[in-house]
Amino acid sequence: MPSETEFQPIQKVSIVISKGSLDGVYPGLIMANGARMEGIEASLFFTFFGLDAILKKRMDNLKVATVGNPGMHMPTLLGALPGMSAFATKMMKKEIEKIDIPPVGEFLTMIHDSGAELYACRATVDMYHLKREDFTPELDGIISVGQFYEKAAGGQIIFT
Amino acid sequence: MATVTILGKELAVDADGNLANLSDWNEDIAREMAAQDGIPNLTSQHWAILNYMRKVFEKEGSAPSIRRLTKESGVDTKTLYQLFPKGPAKRAAKIAGLPKPVGCI
Repeated sequence: MPSETEFQPIQKVSIVISKGSLDGVYPGLIMANGARMEGIEASLFFTFFGLDAILKKRMDNLKVATVGNPGMHMPTLLGALPGMSAFATKMMKKEIEKIDIPPVGEFLTMIHDSGAELYACRATVDMYHLKREDFTPELDGIISVGQFYEKAAGGQIIFT
Repeated sequence: MATVTILGKELAVDADGNLANLSDWNEDIAREMAAQDGIPNLTSQHWAILNYMRKVFEKEGSAPSIRRLTKESGVDTKTLYQLFPKGPAKRAAKIAGLPKPVGCI
């Protein structure tokens, strides 16, 4: 097997975040931040429910999905009980904080300050009738899929 | 174990090229490693980060996360990336004479 030294290091990543649950948003944020820490150019493209992560009103209130989420190892009916999602969210936020991962809003500021760019998907913004002021000030722009591909040129695209 | 020659001294390094022994490090060696890494001049802000990282490492056995680093060293994220471009945690750890950080954040 070829060793990793035979390959060129990754220079640039464009990460798509398409889910709006806490467990759907964090992996993409961690990968973007990790890329910047390694000196890799990074941008984030938020689409569909992923937009919740950059909406001022929603970003710090994301929930863990306890229904339809086999990773929770919880029977569907149990997951549907009132308060179950809130409970799972509270537990996960506590564990996330313990390993020094910031809440979503603070994490986005940190990622943006590291030089990564944040973009919202034009189609989703139009679909939900959202305005620029609904989003975190760190947002670098609302762009089309075509513009996303232009910006992603020469790098790797990661879909989450 | 591999070695590098810095300021005429032969020093042991690990697989990542970081100093293997904490005690081999001193400020002159840090300045020389920084210069070789494209940082010709270590400012007081660079030192604030390097000294803070060494302090945490000596106490806890691992380098701090970037979040903690920026909260506790008094240097914000933007400045940190300007001071150590192309991978702040990794490069600062190297210049501070510490192993590569293992955390994800």
